Amino acid sequence: MAMLFARSRNLVSSLRQNLGLSAILIKRNHSSPRPVFTNYQLSSRVFLDPSTSFRHESTAVETQPDLVQQSDHEDDAQELDFPGGKVGYTSEMKFIPESSSRRIPCYRVLNEHGKIISDRDFIPVSEKLAVRMYEQMATLQVMDHIFYEAQRQGRISFYLTSVGEEAINIASAAALSPEDVVLPQYREPGVLLWRGFTLEEFANQCFGNKADYGKGRQMPIHYGSNQHNYFTVSSPIATQLPQAAGVGYALKMEKKNACAVTFIGDGGTSEGDFHAGLNFAAVMEAPVVFICRNNGWAISTHISEQFRSDGIVVKGQAYGIRSIRVDGNDALAVYNAVRSAREMAVKEQRPILIEAMTYRVGHHSTSDDSTKYREADEIQYWKMSRNPVNRFKKWVEDNGWWSEEDESKLRSSTRKQLLQAIQAAEKWEKQPLTELFNDVYDVKTKNLEEQEVGLKALVEKQPQDYPTGFHI
Amino acid sequence: MWGILGRRAVDGGFSASSLRRMRSGLVSARSYAAGSKEMTVRDALNSAIDEEMSADPKVFVMGEEVGQYQGAYKISKGLLEKYGPERVYDTPITEAGFTGIGVGAAYAGLKPVVEFMTFNFSMQAIDHIINSAAKSNYMSAGQINVPIVFRGPNGAAAGVGAQHSQCYAAWYASVPGLKVLAPYSAEDARGLLKAAIRDPDPVVFLENELLYGESFPISEEALDSSFCLPIGKAKIEREGKDVTITTFSKMVGFALKAAEKLAEEGISAEVINLRSIRPLDRATINASVRKTSRLVTVEEGFPQHGVCAEICASVVEESFSYLDAPVERIAGADVPMPYAANLERLALPQVEDIVRAAKRACFRSK
Repeated sequence: MAMLFARSRNLVSSLRQNLGLSAILIKRNHSSPRPVFTNYQLSSRVFLDPSTSFRHESTAVETQPDLVQQSDHEDDAQELDFPGGKVGYTSEMKFIPESSSRRIPCYRVLNEHGKIISDRDFIPVSEKLAVRMYEQMATLQVMDHIFYEAQRQGRISFYLTSVGEEAINIASAAALSPEDVVLPQYREPGVLLWRGFTLEEFANQCFGNKADYGKGRQMPIHYGSNQHNYFTVSSPIATQLPQAAGVGYALKMEKKNACAVTFIGDGGTSEGDFHAGLNFAAVMEAPVVFICRNNGWAISTHISEQFRSDGIVVKGQAYGIRSIRVDGNDALAVYNAVRSAREMAVKEQRPILIEAMTYRVGHHSTSDDSTKYREADEIQYWKMSRNPVNRFKKWVEDNGWWSEEDESKLRSSTRKQLLQAIQAAEKWEKQPLTELFNDVYDVKTKNLEEQEVGLKALVEKQPQDYPTGFHI
Repeated sequence: MWGILGRRAVDGGFSASSLRRMRSGLVSARSYAAGSKEMTVRDALNSAIDEEMSADPKVFVMGEEVGQYQGAYKISKGLLEKYGPERVYDTPITEAGFTGIGVGAAYAGLKPVVEFMTFNFSMQAIDHIINSAAKSNYMSAGQINVPIVFRGPNGAAAGVGAQHSQCYAAWYASVPGLKVLAPYSAEDARGLLKAAIRDPDPVVFLENELLYGESFPISEEALDSSFCLPIGKAKIEREGKDVTITTFSKMVGFALKAAEKLAEEGISAEVINLRSIRPLDRATINASVRKTSRLVTVEEGFPQHGVCAEICASVVEESFSYLDAPVERIAGADVPMPYAANLERLALPQVEDIVRAAKRACFRSK
């Protein structure tokens, strides 16, 4: 704080002159190298500490609908010095309204019939990429359907679908580079699918068998894979947000050409970690892309009961984070937005917030029956008329890149592969007893070694107490 | 040399009794060394962090006031000037935030040393410590390890009231996946903190505010930058044959004073400085009790489900037939810490309490 005053020689003289006044007036042209922002322009200035080199001033936000009304009063030209920078003042008492007269519009490229609305702000997608994206979206659909049924049949204990959010899953993954580190919430298996996780690997994790990379330690859908730069799904909500800021910070310190990308739902933004994660990422100037899947529901809590703001996108500015609202059911829009966000995050070393509007067509999970708290009609509407997979399919077909034959071939072969994967995963044996005690620490501690020896001896001594085929 | 002895003991190269003999031999050898240095615990911690940061560019410090303020308790003094703001990071006030960030950074391969102004505030971040840091290596089957250190003052200070005085040793030490250390002397502070920073697992490092300013003699070996103490080994601070007193952190000083008083009355007490709460050095504790046949275990924290309870259980399970007296537990009072100085003193174990308990165990008093 003392440094701010030291830097401005004019202030010292004006302080002397204006001691009698209740406010300290600062002349507009003072010896600062940076442009001075006047009254109500929305600016976020980072107080620059000369001893640091990497913190810089963030630029003013452009073309955003004003949250604050402009005023014509004469004394608005005057400014006050406060910790945090200069701020104009006004003698007009005006409260910033709780909501803007107009909601932030969402960016979309394709209309509901799969036609491009305007190619003004649109990165073209090649046939190869588009076809791959569509195939993966359809694969995700089939995978969700089959695993859900498997849970209903009692073959796996739990499952969570991403129905209705296939565009967010696949298009965001397609827009990232493989070095970008993904910290998922739990409704983004499509990102892992895109990066090369096989249907067999998904099945193995759900069955917690010996081939599972997680060694049977986690419940189903808690996928994770180091080699795919996809951190293991963690159940407590929103903990991945400050962790993503930490990953971003690590990438920044190591000067990598990569960013952290993390996902959260509308409900998760109520967690304290949302505030900490975004605030921190902004202060640290960490390359993180925060993607919020606003799908309208947090189990049975509708968004009207979750927050009173205009969704999540308006919260970005509160943290000094550049943000955009996107039609999450438009694969091309999601692709474009994530790609641009990623560029900005890495080039400018800053966090970006994307709010992807969508609808959770499925139940929260297999432990939920959403018809108990929402209309079946509503679900049907989104499932049929606002289906992101069908919408993208129309565009791909219109380009002549996909046919009905391709469609039926893909769906039937994927279905077959999944059924086989499930059958194989089911038969595969479970982890041996030794895996109970591994990985608690990097190197097993003595007490764990003793416990393992003791348990092995017990199992050998009392085999009747342990199921047949129990693996030691 | 302590470090080397310790490492050999872990490998099983020495038996506990020969180790004790060598240690007592070294104690006498050290007292002949000319010009032995002294160091405060604060300087010990500071030098340990400094050396580890110098040796490994991935190590960085994070916490409230650690940078420009030089640390709320000056433990990180001088580090900002030496290593810059990227490696000595002043955080906003959000324990949940910066703990989460530290865990994320550790996931990505950095080695954060996260400071809590006191461990009482770690409760606001405890989900990240337990559900993320402690369990990740296990849940990810070894794919995600978390080489993070959480450090800060723990337990009672002086006149800071209930929300600044709780001891978290028992809470954190109950969690598999964490390692929990509690230094006493300057040598402990240096050796254990260096070991914690180098360890690939998450470590909770419980310091004590009142010990920061205390000076301890320190050997040349402990001043060397490669010095390190083994995690999971207790230290026998004073050998004895009549009663075993186990404790950690500030209470070690109290126990040593109690041992002096007991010696005047002909009771030879063996004082064990646990150093490591998890993993707990049950072998050393039990070997000592088998020698003395009596146990007095001391801690500052709340009595129910405390560290002392675990030690008593371990001794009763493993050395029952060696015990000549019921095990004794001395802990803090079962109340939130009061502020008034007289009440605070009554709520914490004092030297006299330890002396009385030892005498009870030796059937010298009612």
